[in-house]
Parts: sequence; C-alpha cells; structure tokens
Amino acid sequence: MKALVPIKRVVDYNVKVRPLSDNSNVDLNNVKMSINPFCEIAVEEAVRLKEAGIINEVVAVTVGSSASQEQLRTALALGCDRAILVETDNDLEPLSIAKILVKIHEKESSDLIILGKQAIDGDNNQTGQMLSALLDIPQATFASKLEINGDNANVTREIDGGLQTINVKLPAIITTDLRLNEPRYASLPNIMKAKKKELDIINVSDLGIDIAKRVETLSVEIPPERDAGIKVESVSDLVDKLKNEEKVI
Amino acid sequence: MRVLVIAEHDNAALKPSTLNTISAAKKLTDDVDLIICGFDCDNVATEAAGIDALKNVHICNSEHLKYQLSEDVTQIVVSNAKNYSHLLAPATTFGKNLMPRISALLDAQQISDIIEVIDECTFKRPIYAGSCIATVKSNDEIKVITIRATAFDPCANEGGNAEIINIDPIDSKGQSEFVSEELAKSDRPELTAADIIISGGRGMQSGDNFHLLETIADKLGAAVGASRAAVDAGFVPNDYQVGQTGKIVAPNLYIAVGISGAIQHLAGMKDSKIIVAINKDEDAPIFQVADYGLVDDLFTALPELAEQI
Repeated sequence: MKALVPIKRVVDYNVKVRPLSDNSNVDLNNVKMSINPFCEIAVEEAVRLKEAGIINEVVAVTVGSSASQEQLRTALALGCDRAILVETDNDLEPLSIAKILVKIHEKESSDLIILGKQAIDGDNNQTGQMLSALLDIPQATFASKLEINGDNANVTREIDGGLQTINVKLPAIITTDLRLNEPRYASLPNIMKAKKKELDIINVSDLGIDIAKRVETLSVEIPPERDAGIKVESVSDLVDKLKNEEKVI
Repeated sequence: MRVLVIAEHDNAALKPSTLNTISAAKKLTDDVDLIICGFDCDNVATEAAGIDALKNVHICNSEHLKYQLSEDVTQIVVSNAKNYSHLLAPATTFGKNLMPRISALLDAQQISDIIEVIDECTFKRPIYAGSCIATVKSNDEIKVITIRATAFDPCANEGGNAEIINIDPIDSKGQSEFVSEELAKSDRPELTAADIIISGGRGMQSGDNFHLLETIADKLGAAVGASRAAVDAGFVPNDYQVGQTGKIVAPNLYIAVGISGAIQHLAGMKDSKIIVAINKDEDAPIFQVADYGLVDDLFTALPELAEQI
C-alpha cells in the first residue's frame, strides 16, 4: 500500500506576521519558514503506518518554489521514502493545488492520501476536500484517530459537538487534526540519510493545468487592536464592574 | 444576484450558525433561499419557513442523508446550485468539511471564513490565525463562501412565510459510512451560542478543578471552555477548545482563568464584548486584551467569585 502526503512550506508558527508597508500583502521577507504543523502530523501518521507494516511506501509531495525542497527534505528525514516537488514561483490557490495533486495521485496510484486539515498561512482548510471531490473518492477530515482495516479505514473525526467515527473505502483522503499524533523530531543520522533520498522535480507547466488566480488580494491589514483595559484589585471590585458598570451579569 | 444558504441542522432543529449565515447572505441580496439535506427533517423546514429573510426553503429528505455525509450532501447541493450567484455555509466543522467539495465541483475557488461583506465580490477574512485581515475579491462566476458565525448577528427566526419545495434525493455513492458519534451532553449552553463563557487553561492544574468553573457557569447560565493547553493536557475533551483550531466565540462576557493567552487562543475569543482575565502571572499576554484583569491565584479567586455573583 502506498501513501501520498502533500505538504506545504509556510511561515513558522512562532513568527508574528505583519503586512507590507503598502498593505499589498503580508511581509514574507527574511522570515523563518517551516513545514506546516498539520502537514507534519500527516507525515508522522504515514510513517507510523509504514512502521506498523500497513504501508510500504510514503511519498511526500509539495507544490511551490525551489526553496520548498527544504521542507521535502525534512519530510524525508522524518521517514518518507521519496519526494516530489511540483515547481512553480506562483502562489497557487487551493483549487489549483488540488488539480495538481489529482495528476500526482493518478501517476502514483496511491491508496491513501494524508494531508493537513489546513495550512497556517491562508487558513483556508480546502485542499483535502477539493482533492477528494475532484478524484471522486471519500474524505475523512479533521481526523484524530485512523485505523486501516484491509481496504477500509475507520476514522474518528473532531467535529464541533464532539467526535464522529466514519468508515471510508480506500483510496481515500484523510486530513489531520491536532490530536492525531505527536510528530517526532528528525535525528541527525536521518537528516543525513534524507539528503540521499530521491527527490523528483516536475515543472508545473508540464502538467497542463490552468493555475490562473481566481481570487485577488486587494489589501492586508492589522486587525483593530483592543483598547488596554484596567486591573482590578479584588474579586469584589471585579463583580462590581461587571454588575454595575458593564451590566453583563 | 441570488444566494443559497446550506443549512446546518441536526434533523430536529436548525443550528444557530445557520441564522448567522442567513444574515451574511442578506448583506448581499434580499433573494435568499435555504437548502436542507437530512432525514426526518420536516420540522427543520417548518422552522426555516418561518424565517423572514428567506424566500424558498428547499428540502431533500432521504434516509441516506441522516448523517449528512459530505459526499452525499455535495451531490444534492451541486445539482441545485445552477441558478445562484453565491453559496454560503457557516465556517463550522460542518461547513468546512462540505463546502470545498462543492466549490471544487463547481470549479470555483472558495473564500473561507469571511468576517465582512464589502460587495458582491469582495470580502474580508482573517489569515495567519487572525494576525492579519485580508480583503479579497473573487472573479469566479459562482462564489462559494463560508462565514464566521460570530462576525454576523443571527437573523430573526420569525415573521416569514417561505415556500417549502421538496427536491428529489440522489442515490448515495456509498463511499463513506457513519459508524458512531460521541456528542458531549450538557445542560449548559453551547460554546458558540453562549452569552457568557468561562474558560480554563493549564493553570487549572487538573480536570477535577474545572468544577470551580462549572459552579460559576451554572450560576451565570454560562458555557465552559478551555484553552488548547488544557485540552492537550487531558483536563477536558476537545469540544471545549476555544481558539484558532477550536471554536471561535464572541460572547458578551468571556472570563479567561489560568490562561496565558497564546495567539491561537486569542484568535478564538478576542472579539468577545467584555474580556476578564484571572491569572497569577501579571505579565501573561491575556492581560493585554482583557478589559478587566485580576492578578490573583485562581484557587482563591474562583470560590470568592462563585460566592459573590
């Protein structure tokens, strides 16, 4: 069985992002980039399935600039077997990325596609579901538990009211939520080994997909700040303010 | 311009998020319809027909839609989407799961989690966990949008007389099957619908200590929430989580107890009207967004608070 793990290079989650001075977009100059945290969980899950003998091969794939090879190497160091970069200098939308992944899936004929539920840059939460619809295969989003049984998977999903478990036929799309697993750190020997693993580069133009943007970003701004409040001295002060001034209790 | 709102419901009643979504739709046009996919959900249609803002209520009632699995609901919405310029759903786990499928099949680039409607093509939405707000313009013929429920007031659910139209079901593809559900049962209000929320963080030290919050919640008719740190530490289940990856809330009063105020948590609650923080660390970032801050040990402050309200 083969797993395909699409990943994304994003601004590291510790970086406080700011708009450019002309507010045309976010300022990505000289900021630390990392593998998207939800993608790291996807890599970890696929590697664990391989370690459990359920999957034979884990292929990481990303769509992005040449610099994204760095994140693919990280995925290889975490245990993926090989990697594919679909290279483009354009900033692609989820729909275009899903269309590209359709082509990669067809080429690789994977049995399972595991990806993060959302990237922490655009916060779109779309690619997995779009890919599932375009491939006409089932989806199990926001997974907190995954069990493969033959050609089916039982997936527990985090939904607003609690947890839901569904059974999907493979091939299927799984998108990862935070509690699916705790990703490992890459060891130094594995980082060294990853440098020798296969990394194929495909130019996006060779796939013949329309990647034109549908949505324009007109401006990016800092949200209005809340005014600094006051410190109260005691619980009775607090209760007095809430009851008599704000009238919220 | 004509808008179709996809109803979130549990076959018995509409979820409050549907009313917020209808409000967002009304900002685009007065021509707003609702579609309900489910099983034994006639009561939902009757309730919806009473909403003044709606013209037509489409209902697809079929046993295979009982659990509203995304593959099956997608087929029905897509085949009824032709005459609409916009499709809207709440950005809850229901809408997040469903809408990108619909969007992909209509070859439209979805706009997720909008907080403001500027005009029929232009919307505001948070990016980078709310660190920035982007204004975006869609050039797609049909716009597929999820809306952040807390950014739009709920519409009135009365005064209406919408026409109920039955639509034919489409056979299930049988790709997914419902197995089970563990829904939290509580007499307290739902987090996303509560007027008052009291949330605990890692400072609570254990799940047992959450009873200190529950006592206060019951006196105030409030919901109980938690930070991701408290959920990850196993104090409470994940459906308590307020934050960027949990629930986005905006109650009249939000009381954060033993929560330091990581950006992911702030992203989920900073639109609350009044924020109160109780924390013994006076440098905790939560105090920067709090209207009222109390620097105190929560284990002494909470019993006092319970007594005085």
